[in-house]
Amino acid sequence: MAKILMKGNEAVAEAAIRSGCRLYFAYPITPQSELIEYMARMMPKVNGTFLQAESEVAAINMVYGAAGCGKRVMTSSSSPGVSLKMEGVSYIAGAQLPCVIINVQRGGPGLGDIQPAQGDYFQATKGGGHGDYRLIVMAPSSVQEFADMASEAFDLADKYRNPVMILADGMLGQMMEPVEFKTARTDEEIADMWLQHKSWCIQPNEDGDKKHHHEINSLEIDPLVLEQHVNKLYEKYAEIEKNEISYEKFNVSDDNEILCVAWGTASRVVKSAINEIKVSGKSVGLIRPINVWPFPYEELKKAIGPKVKKVYVFELNTGQMLDDVKIAVAGKVPVDFWGKVGGVVFTPAEILEKLELALKE
Amino acid sequence: MEIIATRPEALTDVPFTYCPGCLHGVAHRLIAEAIDEQGLINKMTGVAPVGCSVFAYKFFNMDMAQAAHGRAPAVATGMKRARPEMHVFTYQGDGDLAAIGTAEIVHAANRGEQISVFFVNNAIYGMTGGQMAPTTLPEMKTTTSPYGRKTDDVGFPIRVCELLSTLVAPYYIERVSLLSPGEIIKAKKAVSKAIQYNKEGRGFTFVELVSTCPTNWGIDPIKSRDWAKENMLPFFKPGCFRDKGEGVE
Repeated sequence: MAKILMKGNEAVAEAAIRSGCRLYFAYPITPQSELIEYMARMMPKVNGTFLQAESEVAAINMVYGAAGCGKRVMTSSSSPGVSLKMEGVSYIAGAQLPCVIINVQRGGPGLGDIQPAQGDYFQATKGGGHGDYRLIVMAPSSVQEFADMASEAFDLADKYRNPVMILADGMLGQMMEPVEFKTARTDEEIADMWLQHKSWCIQPNEDGDKKHHHEINSLEIDPLVLEQHVNKLYEKYAEIEKNEISYEKFNVSDDNEILCVAWGTASRVVKSAINEIKVSGKSVGLIRPINVWPFPYEELKKAIGPKVKKVYVFELNTGQMLDDVKIAVAGKVPVDFWGKVGGVVFTPAEILEKLELALKE
Repeated sequence: MEIIATRPEALTDVPFTYCPGCLHGVAHRLIAEAIDEQGLINKMTGVAPVGCSVFAYKFFNMDMAQAAHGRAPAVATGMKRARPEMHVFTYQGDGDLAAIGTAEIVHAANRGEQISVFFVNNAIYGMTGGQMAPTTLPEMKTTTSPYGRKTDDVGFPIRVCELLSTLVAPYYIERVSLLSPGEIIKAKKAVSKAIQYNKEGRGFTFVELVSTCPTNWGIDPIKSRDWAKENMLPFFKPGCFRDKGEGVE
């Protein structure tokens, strides 16, 4: 299939539909409005459900209901809206429901602004809602990857019966890049996807069925039963940590004097700066976590070459993934950080300046 | 031996968690009987709220969901859209539906969502220990209105049926009570009608069941019913507010 020039917000919506998403509930917010508008146009064409909810809270609870019926369902929003969804996300995680949530991040805190930022890393990877739970969190850095992640996210959600978040930002949502889509799933394939949840989801009793009583629920009033449930979730998360580490190595070698760590949009700027440095004969590598939860702690530590003087973290926040990097590096070498906030995106020249200063240290 | 009364098939063989004298059991039975009578047990599903009936998902003998506080109409919307071949109801109390879930109920009703909502109004928060509800009567004492509900401070009780009746889409809205055997028979008719309209895909159906809370009112069960008749029914007047099937607009 030929490549199409598309905005990230539209590309991810198209990819979700091709992946078998047939229900989408959301509320308008900048900078993800093209996503909800695309769904409004396209869902009716595949006999899917598009519903503009009365609130972010209602949207995520509609997702809870639809996911409880075993169907592929998605919602999307931007930072302030994602905060509102967090109650529902906690219930979805507790009830072990598969769904996909997209956060096209903008500047915060509060109403902040509508420019790209990475301030929701803590919210996405460390909780956000109440209680002991984890989201699988995927962080794209191009429109193509944003689109590809939609189908991966649904597959992971189904595989682990767990909510998956795609943590993008206003840059990825708004910019246009060429994108190539996978072949759309057929109606038969989509029906098969639903069937895999038959043992637990809400469904009619078919003739001849043994009558079932499936409960979509996160309530366990008996502490000993809740303890078991949370431990079971923890075992699932350990399995995800074992299987779903995903990261990119860029220019990583034994010659590296600095190892950078950056994710999403920030990583693209860092790559541009590293390409400039190569010209001057110095070697700087980059580790880009593609899934930010589970985080590639061991892989990052192993990537620190013998000549590395410093691990340098660049984010569009005041240092959030930085904490995970410090855990990974565990004092092996110094860890430094530089970030820009408020929806201001650093330039390759700025990163280059920081790296060259560090190389001279 | 002839069995003349038994548990409806739509209820599980699980003991209710309600206080002695509570009317939730009656409300559950009416809904379950209506589901049985309409032959919907294999296609029905419901949503339990947060409140005293938080465990309702255990009591109805079908696939059930439990929702966050107030969110049952949104959850039911997702369920109905995902499983249009099924019939969906919510069961909600007054704090759940008329306070924290006001937006969800108003908008589900406004969309004409194809669900049935059973709203149990006993003018108080039961499960959390008797706090003021949006339906608590003027001057009524609760643990968070210990000097009585002062209307100049916290306003008047919300009449949900009347509020929803301002919307165009709802198909059926009726208020009944559970305060006497005669009223319960009328309530059964309203519940059955809601389930029947749901079965026929007519639109959004809503039945308010005026009830009691002997435990938190501090009044014994029989006197609670008298108290509710004297104090609640004049404010929450029973009646049909909307029945498009019978031309009541």
